[in-house]
Amino acid sequence: MPIVTDSGFDFETQADAMLSLEALLSGGGDPASGLEVANDTDPRDLVPHFDGIGLIAVTFPNFADGRGFSLARRLRALGYEGRLRAKGHVISDQYPMARACGFDEVEIDEALATRQPEEHWLAVTSLSGHALRARG
Amino acid sequence: MYRYDEFDDRFVRERVASFRSQVERRLSGALTEDEFKPLRLQNGLYLQLHAYMLRVAIPYGTLDAPQMRQLAMIAERWDKGYGHFTTRQNIQFNWPTLQDVPAILDALADVGMHAIQTSGNCIRNVTADHFAGAAADEIEDPRPTAEILRQWSGGHPEFAFLPRKFKIAVTGSPNDRAVTKAHDIGLRMLRNAAGEPGYEVIVGGGLGRTPMIGKVIREFLPKNDLLAYLESVLRVYNLHGRRDNKYKARIKILVHESKLENIRAEVEAEFERLMAEEAGPTHALSAKEVARIEACFAPPAFDDAPDRALDLDAALAADTDFRAWVKTNVTGHRQSGYRIVTVSLKLIGEAPGDASADQMRALADIAERYSVNELRVSHEQNIVLPHVRAVDLPEVFACLQQAGLATANIGQITDIIACPGMDYCALATARSIPVAQDIANHFSSPAQAAEIGKLQIKISGCINACGHHHVGHIGILGLEKAGIESYQITLGGDATETTAIGEYAGPGFAYDDVVPAIQRLMDAYLALRANPDEIFLQVYRRLGAAPFKAALYPASNGSTGSGSGGSGKRPPEPKPHLIASAQAHQATQAQFVFYHF
Amino acid sequence: MSKTPALQVVTANDLLSGDVVFLSSGGCWRRELQHATLVRTAGDAAFLMAQAEQHEAYVVGPYLAEVMQDDAGRLEPVHYRERIRTLGPSNRPDLGRQAEGLAEVTHVSV
Ligand code: SF4
Repeated sequence: MPIVTDSGFDFETQADAMLSLEALLSGGGDPASGLEVANDTDPRDLVPHFDGIGLIAVTFPNFADGRGFSLARRLRALGYEGRLRAKGHVISDQYPMARACGFDEVEIDEALATRQPEEHWLAVTSLSGHALRARG
Repeated sequence: MYRYDEFDDRFVRERVASFRSQVERRLSGALTEDEFKPLRLQNGLYLQLHAYMLRVAIPYGTLDAPQMRQLAMIAERWDKGYGHFTTRQNIQFNWPTLQDVPAILDALADVGMHAIQTSGNCIRNVTADHFAGAAADEIEDPRPTAEILRQWSGGHPEFAFLPRKFKIAVTGSPNDRAVTKAHDIGLRMLRNAAGEPGYEVIVGGGLGRTPMIGKVIREFLPKNDLLAYLESVLRVYNLHGRRDNKYKARIKILVHESKLENIRAEVEAEFERLMAEEAGPTHALSAKEVARIEACFAPPAFDDAPDRALDLDAALAADTDFRAWVKTNVTGHRQSGYRIVTVSLKLIGEAPGDASADQMRALADIAERYSVNELRVSHEQNIVLPHVRAVDLPEVFACLQQAGLATANIGQITDIIACPGMDYCALATARSIPVAQDIANHFSSPAQAAEIGKLQIKISGCINACGHHHVGHIGILGLEKAGIESYQITLGGDATETTAIGEYAGPGFAYDDVVPAIQRLMDAYLALRANPDEIFLQVYRRLGAAPFKAALYPASNGSTGSGSGGSGKRPPEPKPHLIASAQAHQATQAQFVFYHF
Repeated sequence: MSKTPALQVVTANDLLSGDVVFLSSGGCWRRELQHATLVRTAGDAAFLMAQAEQHEAYVVGPYLAEVMQDDAGRLEPVHYRERIRTLGPSNRPDLGRQAEGLAEVTHVSV
């Protein structure tokens, strides 16, 4: 599964399964290698665990479902400073939005990576996206 | 007027480049149609019945003469020589090809315009009072707020994939000309007891399938907190709005189902968090930035024009056409010596809101010469010249006459709002433009229209209600019934500060029965009014629906007139309607050209 | 006009031009309804739709539309929506197909 960052594709080899939210909340596992949450998760549930979480992956079931963007903003607002990943159906045009909302990276599947290769993602990393923000 | 700075320009140019790339990637297969569709919609591009349709944003309805000329140029170069001004103060081109659209967007960027977020499940182009900066009753000019919202919402990274579209309207006057209570968020500018400027925030209004009047979520929001508060509302909506059913996805349903108090509490909690954060760039503007934007909307240098003049009085006395036009199309201005002119795009027998490239250019010329270079698009699908000197009125009228744009019918029965309907729109269930044309033709006599007085007829070609039929004094909704067009009438709607949703009057009318039905309503109104000043809506409010329902359904067995009009669920009278439908079917068929190939 | 029930064609809009097109024999999309492939059974309709859905590179939103055929074999849409779609705006006879001779045979794509 390629991970997209500002520097392009990284074909991650790590195969450790990520912890689910249920497992975390029931105390059944270590989220150091990553926690995968749905986009309707209440971020306040995660606050007590922030320090031990190595990575939070927010799933995008469909690129048109924008809940993940707000969830990312709220996680950042609540003080989460670790790695934050958008995982699933995120298209290259959404990469600047994901970054602006606080995601560090995007994980897509092989089929999408084939259809939208690395240069499509690199082409959008420098977009300012938002005039108000750019003006500062 | 606001002028793009380098940031606006770069943002808009980047968006054009992105769209050009998106088109290329759609053609190469890198983007599927499912993925491409929301992207093109967020750039204003629909696929309609016959062709693509490009909806260009006219933010808060304000544009200048060069921009209007550019629209005329686009209409001629890439479209079929005309455009359609919409109820959301935008303009639509009905015939562009996919490959021409990036070039059209470039041409728009050249004059500081764009088509961004005129569609899609995002924050749409912000609308405002079309008399802003000119209205005599204005407390504060809503355009700086609307412009700040344009910049805040355009390309907002968090809110591009909301559950559904999100519409914001702003008014700075107590007389609401922006229909703020029928928007996802309506902002009314006001001052609190201490005299500080702020907003009343209205949430959850909307028309469509489930019409609702917006509710006040915050009675007074200090001006500087606006973006943080809206960001909070949007975040709550983005996270909690329904995504399982597109007809229940608007914020009005969330507010309705979750109760206003709960949504208010959620929003306030989010707002507190945001305010506690170190003010981030997307929800706080520097005072300098606010001042820069406000300065763009400083009143023009009005001169000391006389409020009345001998020439004007003479023209009024001599020319009855001119007098009639002044009476209907000219409104008082905040500045003595000036007037607001509304140019009717409701030429009798023409499609409401349509303007040819020539007409657009004529309007640009007139605005340049007589209205400080400024034009407005009203949600009533007319064009406003906001700053015309009273003494120039006779000349303006003469110029408009020459351009065929001097129709004197603003606010009257022939000033009909109509969405494109089945003649263009892929979602339509029936036509609306020809219904408007037929009504206007039927009531084309100026004397008759003047006798009827103020009346708003609003027509939508489907339940989505782009024609605002719910808030028309008379609303007409085109539906399909058993394979033919059927028109449902609502009564008593009101789009102003006294917003009301019209009441369903009864069974639908076949296409050819709509005009006679409106005629019967007018006969009833004229017979019932207490005096010539009592307008249709006032009579309706005084007497209720019953006498009008009786007028609409005269052939019924007598129970109609009994005044028990409350439910509106009276079963159809089978016989007359079946006959009417059958006749209408034939008539409708005959209206279409036969196939020659 | 004798009406054969449930006679259907597959129609869509051309990706590039947005123009109304019909699926005709050989998987070709054409502007003329008269060239459309006719289907009469649910099975044939499903087959034709499946074929149309393979053509995302050329057209957008294919769907089945009911048509009538007169004694001379000419096709006409049943529903007024489709009639407007194939003719043009009913308030503007100068625009759309109704304004063209449509004598020429134009290949749109594929
Ligand atoms: S109301 Fe319906 S028919 Fe009219 S423009 Fe809106 S979606 Fe189309």
